[in-house]
Amino acid sequence: MADPRSNVDDPDSAVLAPVQVATDGPSDSPMANPTSAEPSVSAPVVPDAPDRPQAQIGDLVAGLYRLGEPIADTKAPDGPIEQKWTKRKFEAKLVNPANRRKLKVIIVGTGLAGASAAATLGEGGYHVTSFCYQDSPRRAHSIAAQGGINAAKNYQEDGDSVQRLFYDTVKGGDYRSRETNVYRLAEVSTNIIDQCVAQGVPFARDYGGLLDNRSFGGVQVSRTFYARGQTGQQLLIGAYQALERQVAAGTVTVHTRHEMLEVVVVDGKARGVIVRDMVTGEIETHLADAVVLASGGYGNVFFLSTNAMGCNVTASWRAHRKGAHFANPCYTQIHPTCIPVSGEHQSKLTLMSESLRNDGRIWVPKNREDCEKHPRDIPEDARDYYLERIYPAFGNLVPRDIASRQAKNVCDEGRGVGPKVGDFRRGVYLDFTEAIDRLGLAAVKSKYGNLFDMYARITGEDPYATPMRIYPAVHYTMGGLWVDYDLQSSIPGLFVTGEANFSDHGANRLGASALMQGLADGYFVLPNTIRDYLAAGPFENVESRPEVAEARADVQQRIKLLLEINGDRTVDSFHRELGHIMWEYCGMERSEEGLRKAVDLIRGLKAEFWRNVKVLGSGEELNQALERAGRVADFIELGELMCIDALHRRESCGGHFRTESQTEEGEALRHDDEYAYVAAWEWGGDDGDPVLHKEDLVYDFIELKQRSYK
Amino acid sequence: MNLTLRIWRQTAAATQGSFHTYQVDDISEDMSFLEMLDVLNERLTAKGEDPVAFDSDCREGICGTCGLMISGQAHGPEVTTTCQLHMRSFPDGDTITIEPWRADAFPVVKDLIVDRSAFDRIIQAGGYISVNTGAAPEAHSVPVPKAQADRAFDAATCISCGACVAACPNASGMLFMGAKVTHLAELPQGQPERAARVVKMVNQHDHEGFGGCTNIGECAGACPKEIPLDVISTLNHDLRKAMRHNPS
Repeated sequence: MADPRSNVDDPDSAVLAPVQVATDGPSDSPMANPTSAEPSVSAPVVPDAPDRPQAQIGDLVAGLYRLGEPIADTKAPDGPIEQKWTKRKFEAKLVNPANRRKLKVIIVGTGLAGASAAATLGEGGYHVTSFCYQDSPRRAHSIAAQGGINAAKNYQEDGDSVQRLFYDTVKGGDYRSRETNVYRLAEVSTNIIDQCVAQGVPFARDYGGLLDNRSFGGVQVSRTFYARGQTGQQLLIGAYQALERQVAAGTVTVHTRHEMLEVVVVDGKARGVIVRDMVTGEIETHLADAVVLASGGYGNVFFLSTNAMGCNVTASWRAHRKGAHFANPCYTQIHPTCIPVSGEHQSKLTLMSESLRNDGRIWVPKNREDCEKHPRDIPEDARDYYLERIYPAFGNLVPRDIASRQAKNVCDEGRGVGPKVGDFRRGVYLDFTEAIDRLGLAAVKSKYGNLFDMYARITGEDPYATPMRIYPAVHYTMGGLWVDYDLQSSIPGLFVTGEANFSDHGANRLGASALMQGLADGYFVLPNTIRDYLAAGPFENVESRPEVAEARADVQQRIKLLLEINGDRTVDSFHRELGHIMWEYCGMERSEEGLRKAVDLIRGLKAEFWRNVKVLGSGEELNQALERAGRVADFIELGELMCIDALHRRESCGGHFRTESQTEEGEALRHDDEYAYVAAWEWGGDDGDPVLHKEDLVYDFIELKQRSYK
Repeated sequence: MNLTLRIWRQTAAATQGSFHTYQVDDISEDMSFLEMLDVLNERLTAKGEDPVAFDSDCREGICGTCGLMISGQAHGPEVTTTCQLHMRSFPDGDTITIEPWRADAFPVVKDLIVDRSAFDRIIQAGGYISVNTGAAPEAHSVPVPKAQADRAFDAATCISCGACVAACPNASGMLFMGAKVTHLAELPQGQPERAARVVKMVNQHDHEGFGGCTNIGECAGACPKEIPLDVISTLNHDLRKAMRHNPS
């Protein structure tokens, strides 16, 4: 198929040629950044593909993981891709309305994917029990999404179509997502907008009263629907209101301030969950015919991220330990335009819209000695507009992964700006001086005013007078529990939706596609696929089965253990240390050496955690340190798996850059011949190694090719 | 910065609470108010003292989870959420009083955490448009004039934090409720249920123990999303109209 996009407007997916290597300021602290002790651009490594894999894989497997049987999705029907979803819906068994009342579904999480699924299944007449850790379902972190939601409506008559949205998403994901799932996502995208408008979601409109669109994430069509900078909030409130309507109707019961701590598996099927009432501490058992995890992403493994403080991996991780495969855990989206860390006590990072890069110029001082100076005192010829220098064709609009990686490189060289955090200044200037001269202050204010105000509030600096400082931050995780076309995990009866599953975004997520996936899964996909499973129910009553009591006892035992350790270190100190390890070694740039070191460090941290963590209070009360302790324990185990996954994938792909796999120009080099598969990891036991199952990615409808535009 | 904190401590809803005083030194003015509390909690934990329980989540001003009375003001001295309040807003050496939201309808759960589920029940009473999934018409089949769409959006920005209730001498939830009623009433999709919605929501509001509005305006002054006071006028207008046509 011909590539429908030219390179210039495609900053998220182009591969760019640098014209010059960065030579300023060698790193003076290799300790803090061993992965780039040598500037990667000046030492290109072009691996010798034919004889590389065998020897190295053997070497890697030992002590880290085992190879298991290949897996495949068996649920997507045959035939043309345009007809697969229609065919699957038709083939899925029906449940008659009188029987739906007898069927019980548990849904964990109330974000876009969870709330929409709960509302829809409730409307359908199923008996739904929903859980969230927040005090109201309306506070799920989907609420923080700013940009917009894509849909192939072609309202602008600019050539958009389901096929094009499908193509852009697969290509943007660097050919590491599953074709069938992505096509369906594009297909149902148009229904989402209709649904949300009918609910009263106040999307932006033009003067004719019709919906407005904008272009987003470097695509050449305007397919993004938005509600100012609060699209996530408005969509979530729509889903939340639909959910509360079902609560009033009696079809859905919501348990707020409840945290899922274990999944109940009986006869190999998911049959319920063990949750903790976070107010009273009571451990509760809830049984059902099927369980849905809509529990979001795991970016908080990095401690600092743009995720909400409570976002965690526990629901997914407990399911993983019970047999659900975890796919592509190392795929993390790092966003280049966040407000930098100001000090050791910082608890989170705030994203600023990437649109700022349209007019802002990014630079750092050429000389390290200038880093402490006020930016206005650094003359023009002492500034390094490094993106414009290295990538003259794209300048400041290079793809997210490149902008992020280069910012980290210049800071690691010691040329970062802003306050010193540890030994480093981690920030680069985003300067609007030229834009203000060119467009005028009023124009810049009207275009970016709310972002400038947000920056001023957080940093206490006036961005109109002093250049802003930005730094990359962890934003979204593309990996997640493995699911088939039906969104069912490798545990029958356990379904996974939204950010918690892996299937739709590949190695990169395009802008405005996360909200689309959450709502597609919740409103349209899951309610259709889960009925095929539920049609075999109601299942046998398992209340008295030993697996139920065991799951409950495991949870109680774990809480008891955490409270009894009574060591010297706070939970947050462990979380912070894990975050440092993950960011340094499993962040934007990864190397064999760094990842091996990270695995060792994490294993040491895990041992120390279970020996030395300090959790005060009891389990029978509201105890926030206890909540965090359980989550951090799971993050530590996930962190190790992320490093192993990153280690085994010896290719650069999406935002995941392996120093061993780059072009002569120092750009990311993918290896489709060896790695065009999903890495689905099976839990190997507390004392065993994880088992790698590969699902080959087959592209029947899109030609798989390098993202090169040369 | 060095600060003296007077913090409300209460172990559970049924127990008696009281103020405890803590000294915190070495606070950076770049910290958010909640990060300052994080630091206090790290230090308390190290000493073996129970950390202070407080609610927060997104920490970027949109989820509405955080909410504290800070020296008598909802969310503190700036018009923003507590998570977006920074320590540079306070003078060095200050004494700061920190309390949970105070309202009968928001019972204290622990320390600075309150139960705001009354807001969810008000939404359950009618704060939605009844449309089942899959039953929606094509989005462009119903145009919405831009002025109405914009006013609907302004009202829809409410984050449900509860500052309006905490700031109101009557602990009224009418700004919160007015925001939702206005959001849906401005849209064509919201018309069929408009009259029934406002009646059911107001009944639930009163049932939950919120007070009535006496037009003092503290709510709009404290609202971090600057929801205008006139959403209460829309609420009253719709309520009066609904009662006149259907006085039951």
